[in-house]
Amino acid sequence: MIEVEESLEAVEPGPRAAGPLTEFWHAYAQSRGALVGLAIAVALVLLAIFAGALAPHSPYEQYRELTLSPPAWQGGDPRFLLGTDAVGRDILSRLIYGTRLSLLIGLISVAISLSFGIVLGVIAGYLRGWTETTIMRLMDVMLALPSLLLAIAVVAILGPGLINAMYAIAIVLVPHYVRLTRAAVIAEKAREYVLSSKIAGAGPLRVMFSTILPNCLAPLIVQATLGFSSAILDAAALGFLGLGAQPPMPEWGSMLADALEFIQRASWVVTFPGLAILVTVLAFNLMGDGLRDALDPRLKR
Amino acid sequence: MALLEVEDLHVEFGSVSDPIIAVDGVQLTLEAGEVVGCVGESGSGKSVTALALMGLTEFPGRVRAHRLALAGHDLRTLSGRQHRRIVGKEIAMIFQDPLASLDPCYTVAFQLAETLRVHGTHAERSSAKLRRARALELLRQVEIPDAEARLAAFPHQLSGGMAQRVMIAMAIACNPKLLIADEPTTALDVTVQAQVLGLLLKLQRERGMALLLITHDLAVVAETAQRVYVMYAGQVVETGPVPGIFAAPLHPYTQALLAALPEHNLDRKRLKAIRGVVPGSRDRPSGCLLHPRCDYALERCRAERPRLEGARGRESRCHFPLDERGRPTHGWAPMSRVRASSP
Repeated sequence: MIEVEESLEAVEPGPRAAGPLTEFWHAYAQSRGALVGLAIAVALVLLAIFAGALAPHSPYEQYRELTLSPPAWQGGDPRFLLGTDAVGRDILSRLIYGTRLSLLIGLISVAISLSFGIVLGVIAGYLRGWTETTIMRLMDVMLALPSLLLAIAVVAILGPGLINAMYAIAIVLVPHYVRLTRAAVIAEKAREYVLSSKIAGAGPLRVMFSTILPNCLAPLIVQATLGFSSAILDAAALGFLGLGAQPPMPEWGSMLADALEFIQRASWVVTFPGLAILVTVLAFNLMGDGLRDALDPRLKR
Repeated sequence: MALLEVEDLHVEFGSVSDPIIAVDGVQLTLEAGEVVGCVGESGSGKSVTALALMGLTEFPGRVRAHRLALAGHDLRTLSGRQHRRIVGKEIAMIFQDPLASLDPCYTVAFQLAETLRVHGTHAERSSAKLRRARALELLRQVEIPDAEARLAAFPHQLSGGMAQRVMIAMAIACNPKLLIADEPTTALDVTVQAQVLGLLLKLQRERGMALLLITHDLAVVAETAQRVYVMYAGQVVETGPVPGIFAAPLHPYTQALLAALPEHNLDRKRLKAIRGVVPGSRDRPSGCLLHPRCDYALERCRAERPRLEGARGRESRCHFPLDERGRPTHGWAPMSRVRASSP
């Protein structure tokens, strides 16, 4: 009898048995697409960090004797795997350095918009009343304008350049986070643990950011991942229009813009930056979808 | 001086011109170390009263009171910060659903320690190690098995009964003078209910705190409380000591509540219920709020709202309070009964 009791106790899982991270990974790994997205994203991050060691050439050096050289397998110079552009720069090296820029743009603009979005969203959701109305109607106005148009308008005010493009993209992304945060805060605010926190004497700031906010993070993480890819896309679009990164920066969008006139003669110059954008955006979208499936309790089986 | 004094408390929601009345002139006093029950149907304003005491009425709710004092501090005039200091330390509250009352993002140890960090003694506020030791001690006091292991647990890893014990541990962490328990056992298993209630009373006796027990369960009140407030539609309709109030209720509503207990219906096929429902905000009747549901209602009940009257500590809000045999008095005559007509 005693033995039975002991074995029961041994089987009973302790409170640490299934950590939240293990549980999360299990749910995330359910989707193959999410795993592929994660793998590509990790590869891109590594590529960005070690660009200096991995790129065969400098992204700025012009090999004037070999302008518009085709990729190596199409009879081009074997030194330039993906060929060269109109002024003889190695496309592969420029793409690798471009990863750095794109990820940086994504990271910074998402970080800026996320922090503003969270603060505004928590305030709107917590205080309600006219504060909420003011914030949310302002966000509605921003959402009513096409995002790229708004970004262009902001860049037009601030002046073209990579940094200003990041600000513009961050501003465009803010309303999404505000709406998401506000909705989550309103839902969480009605829960009893918020009330018991207030009864224990928590002030409004503590309730907002220490009690409610951590419980609202799941949708924000998902939106941030998806926002990352749209930030990269918007940055490429601004670069393409000449409003983002300025030459000779190896930014993917501006590479596309530079190569536009050679689309008939030298299709590789346009194809590879386009593919780079496509793969990156796809990877982050897949990751975001996987995160949503793993974090959103409504979609859990 | 009483620990808690509430006089003429009103809580209203909605617009000023057309308010929704949730609490309508509630009187409440609690002495230190006293167990007081507060009973009534759903929607009778029990919880709203408790939250108003804590100063936690949400916008657009409005609170008015003639007097609202805790141990001599006038709660109406305190600033937000002072209010949190005093109320957070001196009054604690536990709720119906313990699993929803714990923050799902943090461990038990963190939530216990956080309370101590703000309201604890000077030593507790400065030493994390002491706070942890105290958290463990509190968990042992609320009789959680394997308390050490539960410190690291998240709320979703606890059962309902255990979560309610953790809530009680958090509530008593800073030695409050008053514990408000808002239906503390409603969401729990019957077996766990008795344990949790026993624990609450044990802690109440040991610490000499006052306990305001809000519940539907008259049996619980009869066993535990020294005094009872019976609430109906935002008003106190009767108050008195236990067991007197149950032996000889003055108000027809108390009588009807008692008659509806399953224990009093053992020889019947159907339970005796009170017809109708608690009036909503839009259909508060004229006169006595109970008259459409009262078996003894007369014309006067429809026309004139009764006041809370009677001997000190034994009051009721009825024109024709009941005698010991449960029959209406003060010249009640069945001839002029209000017909139970549909509007």
